[in-house]
Amino acid sequence: MNIYEEHGWKMEPSRNGFGRALADLAERHPELVVIGADLTESTRASYFSEKFPDRFFNAGIAEQNGVGMAAGFALAGKIAVFSTYGVFAAGRAYDQIRTTVCYSNLNVKIGGAHGGISVGPDGATHQALEEIAAMRVLPRMTLLVPADAEETYKATVAAIEEIEGPVYIRFGRAPVPTITDKDTPFEVGRARLVKDGKDLTIIACGAMVAESILAAEILEKDGISAQILDLHTIKPIDEDAIVKAAQETGAILTVEEHQIHGGMGSAVAEVVVRTNPVPMEFVGVQDRFGESGQPEELLRAFGLDYQSIAQKAKKLLKRKK
Amino acid sequence: MLDEKTRERFSEIARRIRFDIIKMTYHAGSGHPGGSLSIADILTVLYFKYLRHKPENPNWEERDIVILSKGHACPALYAVLAEAGYYPREEMWTLRKFGSRLQGHPAKDKGLPGIEVSTGSLGQGLSIAVGAAMAFKYMDNSDRRVYAILGDGEMQEGQIWEAIMAAGHYHLDNLVAIVDNNNLQIDGFVPDVMNIHPLPDKFRSFNWEPIEADGHDLDAIDDAFAKALEIRGKPAALIFHTIKGRGVSYMENEAQWHGKAPNRELALRAVQDLGFPAEALDRDIV
Repeated sequence: MNIYEEHGWKMEPSRNGFGRALADLAERHPELVVIGADLTESTRASYFSEKFPDRFFNAGIAEQNGVGMAAGFALAGKIAVFSTYGVFAAGRAYDQIRTTVCYSNLNVKIGGAHGGISVGPDGATHQALEEIAAMRVLPRMTLLVPADAEETYKATVAAIEEIEGPVYIRFGRAPVPTITDKDTPFEVGRARLVKDGKDLTIIACGAMVAESILAAEILEKDGISAQILDLHTIKPIDEDAIVKAAQETGAILTVEEHQIHGGMGSAVAEVVVRTNPVPMEFVGVQDRFGESGQPEELLRAFGLDYQSIAQKAKKLLKRKK
Repeated sequence: MLDEKTRERFSEIARRIRFDIIKMTYHAGSGHPGGSLSIADILTVLYFKYLRHKPENPNWEERDIVILSKGHACPALYAVLAEAGYYPREEMWTLRKFGSRLQGHPAKDKGLPGIEVSTGSLGQGLSIAVGAAMAFKYMDNSDRRVYAILGDGEMQEGQIWEAIMAAGHYHLDNLVAIVDNNNLQIDGFVPDVMNIHPLPDKFRSFNWEPIEADGHDLDAIDDAFAKALEIRGKPAALIFHTIKGRGVSYMENEAQWHGKAPNRELALRAVQDLGFPAEALDRDIV
């Protein structure tokens, strides 16, 4: 039994939430189509394609064309979802997402699977660690990084039912703790308060929210009270929540399964320096490529596990006035 | 084959489009006249005979879609749209100016009627056309068609071949790719820079029907479109042999006129070449 299960959390890959949402949404949205790029089962687009084979189209291993096809479907009035691994979507097809989708403001949703180091054994080529930076600088893009399968379900529903225009949803491969349930509120652009605290705020996204909850428990034992925000929407960013966190706790630690440069932490810092400067630290991948290994050992090796987060938090508190 | 009256009318329209291209780029001080002039005749036949559209209702739900994948040739597209009545002619002279709906490359978000999608980063338009054609054919059960206009140099982009593969795979007989084979790109002749030929063989092997024609012979263009619409079970590739800079003597077959506007003296010469009076160059310019 691992630490997560000891905690009583059910483990499930967030990609399952993406697939389940697509299958459910298809029932009520006849205009919903999904375009895949040969990774149908792995991205969980298969949950949709098995139920609605007539509305699933494979682009083959050709992501640039896949994004273009999705754009064409959107131009024809459909809601088009394109799904593949994050490195191939946000990296390989970057200009297609920028110019064809965002510049034209088309109703295309990108399901970016295999985000983060926790992809595991496949190694660096398949571990997307740069998409948050790449996607959040695109005008008109909404960028969602949900914390677990349940939240990924809600993010996918919101992307399709609430947002007219480009959305990128980042989710992961490995089973991660399910820390939310059906009734947990989810609002695009509104950070979710996971836990109250007064000494610092940990702002996390994706599977790092659960890791931060464990970190906060360690800190609690040392008498440190950490507030936790689940920043599932990187763009548009919840400025109010960040300003409030800075004002109330006076220190901010960001935690993400992504390069420290340009990612969620940078997005938070942009708000903090402009509004209410407080000491900050960044937990993330330190300007290096990933490698093969089991998700948990990689999180430890790259300083993304709960113990590393707790250590970083203590280091940060020394700088707090 | 066109009847005599139509041929004459189309020839006049194409001549006006060429004049508008020169006038627009001259007053903009920049732009891409060469590859715009090469598609003037093709666009004339497409917009005034084959395209099912309603300029007064540009979002008409049954319309065919045109995607100018070689977005830099937008002066030609802007001219044909004005000619068809999509927007007032005088707006043409705002090309490339701050605040204009006529951006340096087509911009959907600026709202010029008739611009379906933003293009300009080469290689992307055919994929969009493929997606739209799939939506019409496989979801809407509609006979709406999609036309994508490609440059020959643009066919060096890998994404074009991904799209060609997909269109053949999905039997998109409601898709027509129009290749402006003017044989020139910025760095020189296409076969010297990076050869893309033989195009008909390549299209055929990807399950397309290639049709070659002279892109400046209005009857030949007409026949090519007519043939394309008869094809069932696969997409049609109209490979039009054209001359970059066609209609302006000093621009013809000169790579340097890919992305450069004429100065006043040369603009006046072009106007003369096209049979317009010199004063037409400045008419309605504020």
